[in-house]
Amino acid sequence: PLERKRFYQNVSISQGEGGFEINLDHRKLKTPQAKLFTVPSEALAIAVATEWDSQKDTIKFYTMHLTTLCNTALDNPTQRNKVQLICAAVKFLETDTICYRVEEPAALAELQKNEWDPIVAWAEDRYNVAIGSSTSITGPNIPASTKDTFISHLASYNMWALQGIEYVITQLKSLILSMGLIDRHITVEKAVLLSRLEEEYQIQRWGSVEWAHDYDLCELRARAAAGTLFVHLCSESSTVKHKLLQD
Amino acid sequence: MAALGSPLRTLRGLLRELRHASARAGRPYRDTPAYQHVMAAFRAHRVTSEKLCRAHQELHFQAATYLCLLRSVREHLALHHEYHGKGERSPDEVAGLVGFRLPQQPGGKG
Repeated sequence: PLERKRFYQNVSISQGEGGFEINLDHRKLKTPQAKLFTVPSEALAIAVATEWDSQKDTIKFYTMHLTTLCNTALDNPTQRNKVQLICAAVKFLETDTICYRVEEPAALAELQKNEWDPIVAWAEDRYNVAIGSSTSITGPNIPASTKDTFISHLASYNMWALQGIEYVITQLKSLILSMGLIDRHITVEKAVLLSRLEEEYQIQRWGSVEWAHDYDLCELRARAAAGTLFVHLCSESSTVKHKLLQD
Repeated sequence: MAALGSPLRTLRGLLRELRHASARAGRPYRDTPAYQHVMAAFRAHRVTSEKLCRAHQELHFQAATYLCLLRSVREHLALHHEYHGKGERSPDEVAGLVGFRLPQQPGGKG
């Protein structure tokens, strides 16, 4: 169901055995698969509670991105393990938006070079890898050693954080932009702008259509922000309950 | 490091968004866990414009990201409501578009 009436007055959080729980009046929140909704971080629980408390007459699930991410981490509906998640994430590098360049129109090619080259350079330097970019239809040729570096870097994240990382990559269509966010090198607004560079170029030329362009822009920002926040809150060792994050 | 601007500005923006969210719930925003958590975090770090340590940067980035989330969700909802939320017109309204009126049938439709 897309929407449902708000059936609760008060939202609160409490600490249980496995972590923090969300209470809707006297009921404990459950996941779609009827598991107890427990999160490892208090800050994350507070943010989820805020999502539930922000709902007015109807519960708009499609705006509750943090809740959705937690449900995915708890239920794992696609039934992927850590290795599969990491492979899915790194595979995106082969078609990474910021490595996939056009040759025409010249103005767009120039814009891509000016905006994307610095980020590629940052990633190459930060991770000590070769990435490059390509105008070929088959995309960039990523060396195996580069993939291996990213695979072992992502392996250092726990399962929850990885769900978040893979989510951000899928939204932004770029592993490199996502790492830029996770590493706090760029803001969400900047990452989304870079992800939508071609759209922004067309908008500058032809004008913006609010009900489509701004709509998509806001939604992508919301999702990327939620994913990034989720990753950071699930990775902070000081605030996290490790029992829940078993791989 | 990401270009974040002034932490005070981020905090103000964040509080504004929390106020919006609470207005929907009809509760004073200072009572909410989110407000208390944000204020406690900023106080604990005493985030000023002096870029001192890494923890400050991390907190500021987190606050800015959360601000982006709240703001984008609110803007997205507003756009959704304005352009996509109206649903279908009733038969009366449709008839009215072309200048007709539906017939009144005192006994209901046959």
